[in-house]
Amino acid sequence: MSSESLSTFESSVPGAVHRTTAADADAALAEAIEDPAVGTALPYDDVSLSEPVDTDPSPSALESAATGVTPAALGIADYGTVTIPSGGAGDELVSLYTPRHVAVVAASDVVPDMPTAYERLGEDFAAGMDTQILATGPSATADMGTLVQGVHGPSETHVVVLEDR
Amino acid sequence: MSSRRDTAERLRRLMATEGDAVAQNTRTVNQLSDYAIQRFDDYEDLRDAAREIKESAIANLPDLIDEVTEAVEANGGQVHVAQTADDANRIVESIMADRDAEKLVKSKSMTTEEIDVNDHLEAGGYEVVETDLGEYVIQLADEAPSHLIGPAMHRSPEDIADLFNSEFDLDEDLSGDPNELTEFARERVGKHIREADVGMTGANFVVAESGTLMLVTNEGNARKTAVTPDTHVAVAGIEKLVPSLADLQPFTELIARTGTGQDITSYVSLLTPPVDTPIPDFEADEMRSADDREFHLVLLDNGRMGMREDDDLRETLYCIRCGACSNACSNFQAVGGHGFGGETYTGGIGTGWEAGVHDLQSADEMNDLCTGCSRCEPKCPVEIDIPWVNTVVRDRINHQGEGDDFEFLVEGLTPDEEPAGLDLQKRLFGNVETLAKVGSLAPGLSNAVAGSRPGKWVLEQAFGVDPRRDLPEFADETLREWYGARGAQVTDPDRDVVLYPDVYTDYFDPGRGKAAVRVLESLGVRVHIPAVPESGRAPFSQGMIETAREQAEAVHGALVTHIDDGRDVVVIEPSDLAMFRRDYEHLLPERSAERLAENTYDVMEYVFGLLDNGADGDALDVPGDDGDAGVAYHSHCQQRTMGVDEYTETVLSDLGYSVRTSDVECCGMAGSFGYKSEYYEVSMDVGKHLHDDLGAVEDERLVASGTSCQEQLDVLYERGVPHPVELIAPR
Repeated sequence: MSSESLSTFESSVPGAVHRTTAADADAALAEAIEDPAVGTALPYDDVSLSEPVDTDPSPSALESAATGVTPAALGIADYGTVTIPSGGAGDELVSLYTPRHVAVVAASDVVPDMPTAYERLGEDFAAGMDTQILATGPSATADMGTLVQGVHGPSETHVVVLEDR
Repeated sequence: MSSRRDTAERLRRLMATEGDAVAQNTRTVNQLSDYAIQRFDDYEDLRDAAREIKESAIANLPDLIDEVTEAVEANGGQVHVAQTADDANRIVESIMADRDAEKLVKSKSMTTEEIDVNDHLEAGGYEVVETDLGEYVIQLADEAPSHLIGPAMHRSPEDIADLFNSEFDLDEDLSGDPNELTEFARERVGKHIREADVGMTGANFVVAESGTLMLVTNEGNARKTAVTPDTHVAVAGIEKLVPSLADLQPFTELIARTGTGQDITSYVSLLTPPVDTPIPDFEADEMRSADDREFHLVLLDNGRMGMREDDDLRETLYCIRCGACSNACSNFQAVGGHGFGGETYTGGIGTGWEAGVHDLQSADEMNDLCTGCSRCEPKCPVEIDIPWVNTVVRDRINHQGEGDDFEFLVEGLTPDEEPAGLDLQKRLFGNVETLAKVGSLAPGLSNAVAGSRPGKWVLEQAFGVDPRRDLPEFADETLREWYGARGAQVTDPDRDVVLYPDVYTDYFDPGRGKAAVRVLESLGVRVHIPAVPESGRAPFSQGMIETAREQAEAVHGALVTHIDDGRDVVVIEPSDLAMFRRDYEHLLPERSAERLAENTYDVMEYVFGLLDNGADGDALDVPGDDGDAGVAYHSHCQQRTMGVDEYTETVLSDLGYSVRTSDVECCGMAGSFGYKSEYYEVSMDVGKHLHDDLGAVEDERLVASGTSCQEQLDVLYERGVPHPVELIAPR
């Protein structure tokens, strides 16, 4: 990750970007999250989701949550995209059923462009992380005559960037 | 084939009911897409890469099918190869039965439209619900998609509100507010997704090595459809296979730019099912283990292996169904996919799909709406020569034709290679050179007959020439007669060129040829105007490929000795230049085609080159002090695809003219298209868009490069419209 990639990423993300460090992550998450929230475990040292974020939500908790928090495997600077690895913890559901999605990405995982992203995806897939969603901004449709944000997926997306991870 | 009158009526009705919504939606996306591509430096490189990946994948298709079968089975899923639509439907139905399923939710998929799976399952007693909001709308309306990616783009928000209000018993009627409509539909559809037993998706791509599906969406419905029910069925044409994950990169960067005008869609899902996501059981309010997931990949042949063997239809299989060719098409913008569409597929590439997976009959009527303007070509992310696919299909349709009562009229006028039953209208326009030669023997008489009521009646009845159009008038003296009498007037030339005497310039508008001669001579060039046959554009555009090939061979024979002598070939008519530079690759041996392509030039491109190389342009006509510098310029569609329109703009600007240009893809005339009685009104609708785009032209000169553009603008602006070379010709 170069600082150039990080600033490109920040300006490309269609939604709020919260830059923070592991030490200050709780505050940044609190800022990004609207309760009630559901989430999946974050794989970064010294960063975790704490109460009241429900990390083992039932379908009804999922449906009534205002925010879903998941880790992102990659940030892609040119596009403002995050990739959501969807595993057994239910990242796919958490990032999809809630009206606000908060993706948490390590700055070291922000890559400049799509070719680099696919190199990393290739490594991930070979290692068994073989389902990932490239997500860029809120869900949207133009089928009803004009662009409307928030259809079957989130209407609002936030990205929390951990600068020291 | 229905009568010309029926066709005209059908298109008129579509333009009246769906035309406004289609026009607004397609033109908006087309502009967004132009903008997205302009800002993207890697566009051409990635198109090349995407094309190569598809070519190689289709070549290796049988191996890829074996490989993906192995991969999906290793992941715990099943693969079913369906030879026909019926096979595919039976497979899906048996999956439903095995799972004791009642309700299936679907995300948008053209391939499932192709097999009519909804009808089949509903007939079997199953409930099927579309989850893409556009598809949901047309499912309720019982309509076919009018666009590859915008299935309901022919409907306005008010139409959709009316539909919902009549379909559902609502306490309060919905207005046409898109936010409200979206909210309403998402609630309804969301409930179906939570209740469904099976989720069906298509696939934009299928990775053979890993069994990974790529789904490209904005709404998120495909994500929910794939992971909410415990059973996921993906139906994909076999052409969707690519070897490896890395092959997806160019497509990830291209598909939204060409398709929707976004840089990337909201979601690009790379799913390797059955996925590890727990199964949300909303009824029991519990998460079930992902071990209960089942995945079926149905790979559909349905004519595709035949297309793979077909040298001309094969590249249709490279299509990624982004719909860019529809948005860039002037005729599609006017009539939409319910006019420019077959049984399933819509727009320029739809013809190839219909001919391949259904039959020629289904491709027949839509095929005529491709005028070969070629504006779709630069927008195709996999570089498919869409006009050529349409030409080939037209040629095949021609060979199925029946004769009719006016056959005697063209006896002797049609020395072509086409079947006896060829539609007379196509035969007339395809043999325009023969007609021109005969007509110009007595130009006054020919003009009088063509312009008279009986003459127009015969032209309409026999050939479908619309009486509201005036045919171009023969000149008293052809360009070649004039030049033969006058002779070359440069004695010590810097260069020698052949000025190609296209049929229109030679017989109907020698003025622009004379202007070209004067411009070239003033720049130190000696001009030769030998007899060269019609380029073959006329028969080519009617799908008369063998006739066009004969013409091409004759043109090559007539020009090649001049080229051997070091003479460049200068062309006034852009549609002929496009034959020499591009279309001859389909008609002539490779070396011959290359020879012509490399040595032919647009007249204004040539003038640019001469001036750029230091020729003295002092004699050229430049704007005076009387405020005549303003020029409104409409370049020709094929000229723009070749990228030579900019030379006209540059030359005029450098000479001091103040040039503004039109932004539309095509003038609507498109050679013979606007003369045909069944398409006259479509042509005028497209023309009206050009008029709206250019706006008032009052204190400016109005110029156009193409013959048919000039004709169309003549009508739209009720004034003569010269070629740009006439503007700069020495007085």
